[in-house]
Amino acid sequence: MSRVRRARLAEAVAKAVMGAATLVVIGIALFLLGYLTYRGAPSVSWEFLSQAPRKAMTEGGIFPVIMGTVYLVMGTAAFALPIGIMAGVYLSEFAPRNLMTRTIRLAIANMAGVPSIVYGLFGFALFVMSLDLGVSVVAGALTLACLTLPVVITVTEESLRRIPLELRQASLALGASRMRTIQKVVLPAAAPGIVTGSILGLSRAAGETAPVLFTAVAFFAPMPSTPLDQTMALPYHLYIMATQAVRPAPHIVWGTAFVLVAGVSLINVIAAGWRSAQRRKIKW
Amino acid sequence: MVKDQTGSFELENVSVTYGKETAVAGVSMSVPSQAVTALIGPSGCGKSTLLRCLNRMNDEIGGVTVGGAILLDGADINARNVDPVELRIRVGQVFQKPNPFPMSVYDNVAYGPKTHGVRTRSDLDAIVEESLVRAALWNEVKGSLKKHAFELSGGQQQRLCIARALATEPEVLLMDEPASALDPISTQQIEDTIAELKDTVTIVIVTHNMQQAARISDRTAFMLRESMEAPATLIEVGDTRTMFTNPSDKRTEAYITGRFG
Amino acid sequence: MSIEPLMTARGRTGRAAAIRRTAEAVTSGLIRASGWVSILILAAIASFLFLNASRALQEVGLLTMLTGDSWYPTSNDAQFGFIPMMVGTAWVTVTALVTAVPLGVASAVYISEFADGRIKEVSKSIIEVMAAIPSVVYGLLGIALLVPNVKSVFGLDTGLTAFTAGLVVGIMVLPTIVSISEDALHAVPDALRQGSAALGNTRWQTVWKVVLPSASSGIFAAVMLGMGRAIGETMVVLMLAGNAGIIPGNPFESVRTMPGTIAAEMGEVVRGGLHYSVLFVTGLVLFAVTFAINLAADLVLERQRKRWSR
Ligand SMILES: Nc1ncnc2c1ncn2[C@@H]1O[C@H](COP(=O)(O)OP(=O)(O)O)[C@@H](O)[C@H]1O
Ligand SMILES: [Mg+2]
Repeated sequence: MSRVRRARLAEAVAKAVMGAATLVVIGIALFLLGYLTYRGAPSVSWEFLSQAPRKAMTEGGIFPVIMGTVYLVMGTAAFALPIGIMAGVYLSEFAPRNLMTRTIRLAIANMAGVPSIVYGLFGFALFVMSLDLGVSVVAGALTLACLTLPVVITVTEESLRRIPLELRQASLALGASRMRTIQKVVLPAAAPGIVTGSILGLSRAAGETAPVLFTAVAFFAPMPSTPLDQTMALPYHLYIMATQAVRPAPHIVWGTAFVLVAGVSLINVIAAGWRSAQRRKIKW
Repeated sequence: MVKDQTGSFELENVSVTYGKETAVAGVSMSVPSQAVTALIGPSGCGKSTLLRCLNRMNDEIGGVTVGGAILLDGADINARNVDPVELRIRVGQVFQKPNPFPMSVYDNVAYGPKTHGVRTRSDLDAIVEESLVRAALWNEVKGSLKKHAFELSGGQQQRLCIARALATEPEVLLMDEPASALDPISTQQIEDTIAELKDTVTIVIVTHNMQQAARISDRTAFMLRESMEAPATLIEVGDTRTMFTNPSDKRTEAYITGRFG
Repeated sequence: MSIEPLMTARGRTGRAAAIRRTAEAVTSGLIRASGWVSILILAAIASFLFLNASRALQEVGLLTMLTGDSWYPTSNDAQFGFIPMMVGTAWVTVTALVTAVPLGVASAVYISEFADGRIKEVSKSIIEVMAAIPSVVYGLLGIALLVPNVKSVFGLDTGLTAFTAGLVVGIMVLPTIVSISEDALHAVPDALRQGSAALGNTRWQTVWKVVLPSASSGIFAAVMLGMGRAIGETMVVLMLAGNAGIIPGNPFESVRTMPGTIAAEMGEVVRGGLHYSVLFVTGLVLFAVTFAINLAADLVLERQRKRWSR
């Protein structure tokens, strides 16, 4: 066999092996999503989405559970977005190129890798105990905000960096100050990227269990009427129903899982679609 | 419209240093009001750098030091009590590549006046219309002021940028190769606009196109960086026609006749 | 006529400008301050964990915990040895990496070097969707699909084992490994590929001899980040690893893990008690280990970025 033919053969084999690996990965993803839909979708009905649980959670719907997650995510957004966006603006528009800035960047990358259970412990120690917020929506939201911050900061900085320098110069040359330029020109132009990226980060927060385990949730609680109340939440509800429920109710478990994944995916798809529509309109 | 005889610059021994490297040194010249002054010279000779001194845009780049004196109508623009924001209201700039904001035509033009406190709708409408008229764009966009600026053609975008700069009623308009990214027809339109504007505004234009300098300017300044070690200097400045027909410096003649650059 | 309003506006600039400048000074101060938030939070995490861990560190001692081989936190003569859960976490992590690294790196190479436009796009978005599935849902899928099968295929007493949890954690970290490896491969300049192809190398020879070595540090970082996630993953191990207290000799046993232990026991301890404090020590160890791994990976990635940005 000639050298060239041997090389060609090796290439064909390598390509087949790696193609197969890719197929396995994608196959797993599609199978899991398909299985989840197959088990969960039939449970979803208007009643399931709009009613409270009945008979020790084995019948009825999951409305208060959904609302608990919605409140937690809204609280997370309220804390993470302003601070995260400002920190992103700092990194893109103000930060000098020095060791300090490098350290900040490393800290952000590292925050993203801190285990979520560690955020849970931290949130418990700081928000629940030291700040005396108790096990509450606000303590959970603050904990989730810490975990979401690195995402918001990173997408803000990246979106701002995509905005051409010339646009900033045009505004400055019109006598606008740097702050006004950021506020009126740079941030609006970067908004599609910031909003979409933040939504992706928030939707991850919606699915987190460990950080809210000791900071916000209860298996059964009425809908929170103040931010200092405990709440139910989709991921925690799912965990308890799947592992510790006295009387198993599989349709509720799979329905809850499906609602969580479908809700998160739907919001992500809408956000990503909106961003690419905006970007198609605005080409630099 | 604008008060007569305002918007004249006097440059005395101006130098610019980026970090440690001096890019331009010893430039002394005057820029008469309500005339077109062209800055010409091979690329990298500091034309843009010098232009940015006139509205202190160099302040926005870190580590730039400007030496010498620059007087606008007799007042030093680098004096401590001068707010660069107010200076830039008087001295507008148009850039090489059209850079409209990602918003409507109307909002682009209204941006400057809004920034400086004009709030009334009717005032803004009037400013927008007048600025677009002066930039010779009104007839093309008057029916579609709400249109996104990015939907305009390149030449229209550049005239929109001129209108945007005119909306703050500047006395001086700085233009850095405003037509170099445009096709010949759009270039012609920009040149016509400049010819109309010079009755009301002082214009300083950077160009590396000598025919353009000859066509549109009243005065021409020729800059040159003779070696990479030395900073660029002003070789010659004077009446455009004289400079192009009878330059007093050999290097000017060589550049104009295309022997280098 | 349009000059008038502007002139009045200019007349007002004295007062208006003062207000504007104050407002802007405040905003830019806020922005500068928020730049520090990441460092602040990391420091706060470390100090609050340490603060709450201090009682156990004093009364039990870090070394005793790290070298202790039994975990009986609630008995009268309480034992707080971390070895069972450290070994458990190690089995889960090893299983996860053995699953995810070959699959993930091979997919990344295929997607980056061989797949054409459409397949590339589709694969990448499916992998993104995979990354968006919450871990508790992976746990549920593991209970339904894997636990009974592991039990019957390997003839075990229970399907809740380190192997089960590790397999699911491996699937969970796949997106991390694929996308960061893919970034690393993508960052290799095309000029290198063309240079190799011009020497008469096949695509695969180019990948093997030129692209993979150039991207190796980035791929290494991808594996490290995947490992960090695997060590810290909580819900999957809580739901699938079985949480038994013994020191496991192989991955086909029920194991206790560090994150699982915190999650399972934190809700039942006396606040401020010794057991409570020991759980914070567990958190501190987990934080320190993942911090070191992530820092190493981030430094490698940073160096890689610099290398190609020239
Ligand atoms: N932002 C900058 N930082 C450092 N050096 C610069 C910067 N801008 C321009 N220069 C230097 O100043 C010199 C003149 O540049 P420029 O004014 O852009 O020339 P021109 O506009 O005539 O082509 C060049 O040598 C260039 O390298
Ligand atoms: Mg230039």
